[in-house]
Formats: sequence, structure tokens, C-alpha cells
Amino acid sequence: MSTSELSGAVERTGALGGEPVARRVEPLSSDHPEAVPSTAPASPTAVLIGSVAFGILFLLAWQFVPPALGVPSYIIPTVSDLAREFGRMAARENLTAHILSTVTIATVGFVIGSLLGAAMGYLLGMSLLLEKVLSPYILGLQIAPKVAFAPLFIMWLGYNAWPKLIVTILVVFFPILVNVLQSMKTVDRDLINLARAYSMSRLQIFWKIEVPASMPALMAGLRIGATLAVIGVTVGELVGGNTGLGYLITFGEGQANTAMVFNAIVLLTLIGIVLYGAVAMLEARVLHYIPRAMR
Amino acid sequence: MLNTASVLDLIGVSKRFPAPGGRAWLTAIERVSLNVHSGEFVAIVGPSGCGKSTILNLVAGLDRPSEGRILLNQVPVEGPNPSVGFMLQKDLLLPWRTIVHNVEFGLEARAISRAERRERALRELQRCRLSDFAASYPYQLSGGMRQRAALARTLAIEPAIVLLDEPFSSLDAQTKLILQKSFAQTIASSAITTLLITHDLMEAVIMSDRILVMSERPGRIIEEIPVDLPDRDNPMARISAPRAREYVDHLLASLHLQEKAA
Repeated sequence: MSTSELSGAVERTGALGGEPVARRVEPLSSDHPEAVPSTAPASPTAVLIGSVAFGILFLLAWQFVPPALGVPSYIIPTVSDLAREFGRMAARENLTAHILSTVTIATVGFVIGSLLGAAMGYLLGMSLLLEKVLSPYILGLQIAPKVAFAPLFIMWLGYNAWPKLIVTILVVFFPILVNVLQSMKTVDRDLINLARAYSMSRLQIFWKIEVPASMPALMAGLRIGATLAVIGVTVGELVGGNTGLGYLITFGEGQANTAMVFNAIVLLTLIGIVLYGAVAMLEARVLHYIPRAMR
Repeated sequence: MLNTASVLDLIGVSKRFPAPGGRAWLTAIERVSLNVHSGEFVAIVGPSGCGKSTILNLVAGLDRPSEGRILLNQVPVEGPNPSVGFMLQKDLLLPWRTIVHNVEFGLEARAISRAERRERALRELQRCRLSDFAASYPYQLSGGMRQRAALARTLAIEPAIVLLDEPFSSLDAQTKLILQKSFAQTIASSAITTLLITHDLMEAVIMSDRILVMSERPGRIIEEIPVDLPDRDNPMARISAPRAREYVDHLLASLHLQEKAA
């Protein structure tokens, strides 16, 4: 008889008798079937119901718990406060224009930053010398907090869309550059040799082998870039200008309008989710040849 | 039976690499001479690290010999050569391409029309019995089928010689036998000149017309054994022939494997 069976017996008597012997129960082991928790995968519907229920529970708690504890609504506004404020923002604060501004700059910055990052990654990947010469600087710039450049751009370019766009481009640029470069450096040498043996030119090898082989890494970079783009544009708007959801955050802060700040954060998150979802859809199309389980 | 024309000649070929770190040189192969006749199937066996793969790279023109000459159809090899097809242990199929598109890959550096390329690829797939999988992606195929697709790609360029570098060594024992038979049939029916590099002695015996035994590094050819067995197109028949076992025993002796194991 094994020790775990003994401890199982102890546990059961403990549970029945209500005595404090449970402390003596040993860690669960696999030869102890009754105590092993069920690991059968839950059905997708059950998971969905669970998630929705959690969300509703969370919103209800938000609505009722802070007032019950006497927290004033200018510290933590309730969900209904947020909804009311949202209506007011839509009617009085030109909310649509602010949202459009943020969405446009985030999207344009993300696209330009991705294109530049990918182009630079491929260029450095093609030229070993260039990569070696530039890599310390790339590493330095990658570590530098890009959003901290925002005030500089405002001083240089003024209170308009350009500083926000440039900060967004900058934060998106590096993760994509690094991902593409890394994938270029790790392309299977044998694949390259195969193409060489088939008398393919350097350019053919690039387009037929290196670019498609880098797609998974590029897509991973785009996912990171999509979330960073929203951060970039928000910081740009926080620091300067009079448009965008980031501006509404500082504006709301100045008026002690907590609900407005919360609403802007929620909207920024939604923009991030949409951008990320778009990248995920693109990835599913581009990487269709990789079995789903491995992605 | 065999055409006497020599397709591949290595004449006193040596290859040295700079040793990692120091100024010394590592000799991978030393004064290797061999030839492969048209339609012949030659196997090279030897201990690991004996420079078998170096020979393959040299013949494929991916590397230049330090000494000696390599002739393909009497013409010196001076770089990647469209009349050499090679296949490795890895199938090297491009995962983002369908099977037929993969087979077309080797033809894409050539000046032939898209339609002709597709036609030739489909013909090769038929020869390798993969027509039903033309539109599949590599991940949808088993390891053995992927290797057959790789053979189809190799044959599509109509090479003067096919170099096989341990193409079956990553497969399980049963798939390996089935695939050896499949390859042997395809190769025999089209009289394709083949050089097989392997460490599997039985594989060398059941698939080839002639076996070249290499020594440890620096790799030299220490023995040449003509395989006088019937059924070169059917390795499964050869594997059960008592004399196949004798050949393997002979190879074991010449590679001194018994002493090493002791």
C-alpha cells in the first residue's frame, strides 16, 4: 500500500470527521485518482458563458461596490456615470472627431512604421556588413524609451499631427525591424543552398525563400507593433495638441472629470483591440500554410 | 546493361577547410577519385565525419575543391550546376507552397513558360505517385510522402545525376523500406544516374550497383565493392537475399566496426 493511498484515507476521514487532520495530507499524486481534479477540456460554449458571466459580474461590482464603500464618484465613477459621460462627450465634446484623429494617426503610423521597420530589417538582413556596423546603434535606440522623444518632436514640429505620427512610427518601427532581421539571419542554410544549386540569383533567393520564410516573425512583430501604436499615439496626444483621445485624458484630468478619463482609456483600448484583431486576421491569411495548432 | 559513358568523374579531389580558431587546416577529403556511369547507382558509405557531405557539396558546385578536378559529362564543375539534383535528409520543401508549386521551384530559374513548368511538375508528381496531393501543403503530408515530393522536385530539373544525402535516415524503419522501394522503382524505370551517400550499410547494399567505402577523416576511398545482386529496382527483394547479408558483413569488416564496438 502506497503512502498516497494512506494519505487519501486520512483525507477522507478528516473530511468526514471534521477533525483538523487535513494538514497531514500529502501533495496529490497521480496514483490517487479520487483526488485528481478533472482536467477534461470545457466546451467552447461553457467557456463563453463563463467569460460573459465574469464580465457582467465585474461591471455589477464596479457599479455597486464603490458607492457602497462610500467612494465618491469623482474618484471612481460608476458604470452608469461613465455611460452618462459618454453621452455628454458625444454630444458636446466632438468625440467622433477625437476618435477619428486617434484612429487615423494610430493606423497610418502603424502602417508606415511597419513598412519602414520591415524594409530596414530586410536591408540589414541582406547586408551583413551594414548589420554589423549599425547593430550597436539599433540596440541603443531599441532600448531608448521612444515615447520620451515626443516633447522634442513637438518643439521641432509644433502642435500638430506630425509629432504624434512620428512617435507612433518610431515605437512600431523597432520591434518589427528586430523580428525581421532575426528571421533573416536564421533562414535555413540548406534552403538557401538548394536555391543556389538551382542557379537562382540573390534576388530570387530573397523573394522566393527569405521573404516568405520571414513571414511568421514579421507577423509576430506586427502583433507587437499594433499594441505599441496605440501607446505611441496616446503619448503624443497627452504631451501636445488639442485633438485625440489622449488629449481628452489631459483635458478630463484638468477638469477633474474622472469619467472622461476612464471613457478615453476604454476607447483607446478598443482601438488597440481592433488594430490587433486586424493583424491577427491578416496573419491567419498569410500563414494559412502553418497548421493552426502550431501557430 | 550499363552504358559505359561516365557522367561524373572526381579525379584526385581534396578539400581542406580552415580549422576553427587556429591557422591549421582540416582535411575533409583527400585525393578522392571516383566515377559514376550513366544509369548507374553508386553508394558511398563511411563513418560519420568522413567527408561524405563534402563530396556532395563539391559535385553540386556549392563548394570548390582545394585540389583535383570534378567533371560532369566531361565538363569541369565550376559553380552551381543545373544538371545536378540533390536531396538531403531534410525534404527542404517550402512550407508556404503547395506540393506542385514546390516541384516547380527548381525550374523557376529557367527560361520556360509557366504552363510548361506546371506540366512538367505534374508529370514528375505522377512519376513519384503523388498526383493526388498536388494541391496539398507540405504539413498535410507524411514524412515519406514529403521525401517523395522532394524527389519529384529533384527529378523535375531533369538532372544528369541525382545526389542523395541520407534521404531516408529521418524516417521510421517501415516507411524507410517502402520509400527505398519507391525511390528504387522510380530511379530504375527512368535509368537515372544516382550517387547515394549513406551510413546505413544495408541501404547501400539493397539499393546500389556499386559501393565505395570511405575511411575516417581525412576521407579517402578505401574499397570499391560491385554489388552483384539482382533486383536493383526492388530493395525489398534484395533485403531478404542471403547474399545481401554477406555484403553487409563485408562492409562491417572493412569499416572495422566490430573492433570499434569492442
